[in-house]
Amino acid sequence: MVPFLNELLQTLLSGIATGCIYGLVALGFVLIYKATEVVNFAQGELMMLGAFFAFSFITFLKLPYWTSFLFTVLLMGCLGMLLERVVLRPLIGEPVFAIVMVTIGVGIFCRSAVSMIPGWGTDTLGFRTPFGEKFFRPGELVISWEHLAIIILTTTLIFCLYCFFRFTRLGVAMRATSQNQLAAAYMGISVRRVFSLTWIISAAVAAFAGILLAPITFVHMNMGFIGLKAFPAAVLGGFGSIPGAIIGGLIIGITENFAGVYLPIGWKDVAAYIILILVLMIRPEGLFGIQEKKKV
Amino acid sequence: MRFIMKLEYDQDFRLFRYRSTFFWYLALLAASLIVPALLDNYFISLLNFIAIYSIASIGMMLLTGYTGQISLGHAAFLAIGSYTSAVLTTKGWPFLAALPLSGIFAALVGIVIGLPALRLSGLYLAIATMGFAFIVDEILVRWESLTRGNLGIYLSPPSIGPLTFGSEKSFYYLGLAILILTLLAAKNILRSPTGRAFIAIRDSEVAAQTMGVSLAKYKTMAFALSAFFTGIAGSLYAHKVTFINPESYTLLVSIELLVMIIIGGLGSLHGAIYGTAFVILLPQMIILTKDYLPGFLRDQTGLEAGLYGLMIILFILFEPLGLYGRWLKTKFYFETFPLYKKETFKKEKKFYKAERH
Amino acid sequence: MSFFRTENLSISFGGLKALNRVSFEISQGEVFGIIGPNGGGKSTILNCISRFYDLQEGEIFFQNQEISRIGPHRVASLGIARTFQNIELFKNMTVMDNLLLGRHRHRKPGLFQEVIFSSGVRKQERKSREKAEEMIDFLDLQAYRDLRVAGLSYGLQKIVELGRALTMEPRLLLLDEPSSGMNMEEAEDLSFWIMDIKEELGITIILVEHNMSLISEVSDRVLGLNFGEGIAQGSPQEVMGNPEMIKAYLGEEGAAIKR
Repeated sequence: MVPFLNELLQTLLSGIATGCIYGLVALGFVLIYKATEVVNFAQGELMMLGAFFAFSFITFLKLPYWTSFLFTVLLMGCLGMLLERVVLRPLIGEPVFAIVMVTIGVGIFCRSAVSMIPGWGTDTLGFRTPFGEKFFRPGELVISWEHLAIIILTTTLIFCLYCFFRFTRLGVAMRATSQNQLAAAYMGISVRRVFSLTWIISAAVAAFAGILLAPITFVHMNMGFIGLKAFPAAVLGGFGSIPGAIIGGLIIGITENFAGVYLPIGWKDVAAYIILILVLMIRPEGLFGIQEKKKV
Repeated sequence: MRFIMKLEYDQDFRLFRYRSTFFWYLALLAASLIVPALLDNYFISLLNFIAIYSIASIGMMLLTGYTGQISLGHAAFLAIGSYTSAVLTTKGWPFLAALPLSGIFAALVGIVIGLPALRLSGLYLAIATMGFAFIVDEILVRWESLTRGNLGIYLSPPSIGPLTFGSEKSFYYLGLAILILTLLAAKNILRSPTGRAFIAIRDSEVAAQTMGVSLAKYKTMAFALSAFFTGIAGSLYAHKVTFINPESYTLLVSIELLVMIIIGGLGSLHGAIYGTAFVILLPQMIILTKDYLPGFLRDQTGLEAGLYGLMIILFILFEPLGLYGRWLKTKFYFETFPLYKKETFKKEKKFYKAERH
Repeated sequence: MSFFRTENLSISFGGLKALNRVSFEISQGEVFGIIGPNGGGKSTILNCISRFYDLQEGEIFFQNQEISRIGPHRVASLGIARTFQNIELFKNMTVMDNLLLGRHRHRKPGLFQEVIFSSGVRKQERKSREKAEEMIDFLDLQAYRDLRVAGLSYGLQKIVELGRALTMEPRLLLLDEPSSGMNMEEAEDLSFWIMDIKEELGITIILVEHNMSLISEVSDRVLGLNFGEGIAQGSPQEVMGNPEMIKAYLGEEGAAIKR
């Protein structure tokens, strides 16, 4: 009985942990989408870059884990701003299609750039975390600290973001801009600054996810593909909804993990996409999204 | 600037607008027929791939460039075409039958995809097609009794009756013939009511419906047609490379097809071909210039992909009308010389969106 | 029975009742105006007829056929055409191509014939262009025939949209504030065109408008709306003189001053 319970619990927990990662990446998508109507197909690659930077700080500069964490998040925030300035700003007002293609281009470029940088290259790398290999044993059950850490850190981050958007002036300004850019501009909100800030936060959140993911999948240039799974998460939650993104991620993560353990091979890989297609067919606006109609 | 005196309605929808256009294309055809005698196999092989992918990108152009439906999963149709042809020909069916059936089967799947896709637009459609492609990929890997999974299938080169198109040169003529037929078919569709309906859907779904264009019918038709051409390309591809497995049909291939039509110029058949040629020749150009690059860049395998990503970004930022657009602008420059104004093609300043829709 | 009839049209958006049991009847060949202050529900009626919105209550009958639940593209094939308040042209096409789309509901050959561009398709293309040319002559658009619509002025775009609707050879034409954005000259041309459409082409028209002089010039009967409710129906003078309508437009004090 206990081994079965253990397995169930492990599957659930690792599912929640994976789900947290998907949720974070999906959160990044949704933040940018809400503010700018653009989907950033390079979000997965930003996550990968975050993991690589953290790796470099820890392994090459020998900085402690938490310092590296902080530095990585800050660095990636700056990268996000740079990206917005150089690539996205000139494309304001262009059709969504063009902007999506540009983000795809950025993603491809990042991947190959990473493969060419000495010390990174095409290897699979790893770094030590304070939670590695440690287990929490309440009674007969075994829970990995790694998974627990992901869940706790993600929850903390989400709580901070919630407070930011709800209670700070900047947060409210960002919410206003995502509703109606022109009106926000009239109210004295610098829409350009909001765009920059959105990208900074999104990139930082992606970096956060990358650092958390690294111990599980290790650091390699194809990490970004995991980001693709965040799309079904965002769609499931409803593309305009922040809590939706997290919940969507959790559902996908848990479903996937259970599919991996209890269903024949191959189902784990497609579980997310089957959910995606089902959602799009039955309820395209997702769990929390709103269906919008064009006004003629 | 040239003016056409239009005296008959036919002049509006003729294939060739001016007499001279007809002769230019005739010359192009003649040149393309002699080319295999002048180049060596390596270059002919490149041309063959350009032909194959052009057929697929014409399909993509019809769907995305003309009907405005984004597909991030077209590699799946390529795969379906390839595998249909592989399975049929290894079971003894003749190539002449397998080729159209690959297209038809892909089209049927296209209809199956098109129907639920009707309710989706833009972004959601892109994501859905991406998801669809992943699922097809997984099916190809797991359905081992049919597809031999990751082991792949070996095919023989295409053969029609006593003729086998195994060599680069012979395949060239087959590819060229099918490409020309595809172009003609696409051009005919585009100058008919169906083609106009496609463009109407792209430009304004609301107005299209008001004109009696059933979105359901035409979007599905666009998907089916697009899948048909891509399936045919898949069949040709499979018989050319003679070995296929699921790894040849990844998301990257879907993106490649999309990039081909964007770089070429959305909304033009010329663009499909220019874009395809560009994307296929890019790695060759990189190889040629590799000798001139500094040491640490030279040996990288990622260089190609990196430049590829960079090209996408640069084209969208600076030449959104693609290569065909650049060609038109250049022609315009010469036509209006010396009265050409630099501001003619300046992008108008765009502002933020006022409201969600 | 009547040519066109609505019964108790009702629709709400969120909590707002945009139309509340609106009923009216139109005879063939007449010009029927709909007026009322902004937000009154005028465009909403047109959108309901075009089937972009689903009615919560009520029915619409066109030539005794109920059309309250058919698909939007079916409305066109039955012979109802419309223009839009904010132009919905096919911006990347030429004027001619836009007009040719009006012929879509008359197309006969199928996809296969189109792929080989058979003689049937050729004949149809010639006929379509002939009809489109008739509209171009009617609206004096010769100079713009092969120009991209996106480059035309606003007033011209409105005229092209009108032409596109007419090329459909409709029996009923819905015009949504056609004179908005037009200058005096263009608006006068518009009133002549509307009369020509009615008399030469024999098309019944529903005209949603703010321009009161245009309404009084061309309309046979008028419906006045406010807050989604029908306030008055009758001749233009009757409706425009109706005290409720005046109050709706000018408010209490304004109505007092007018008196």
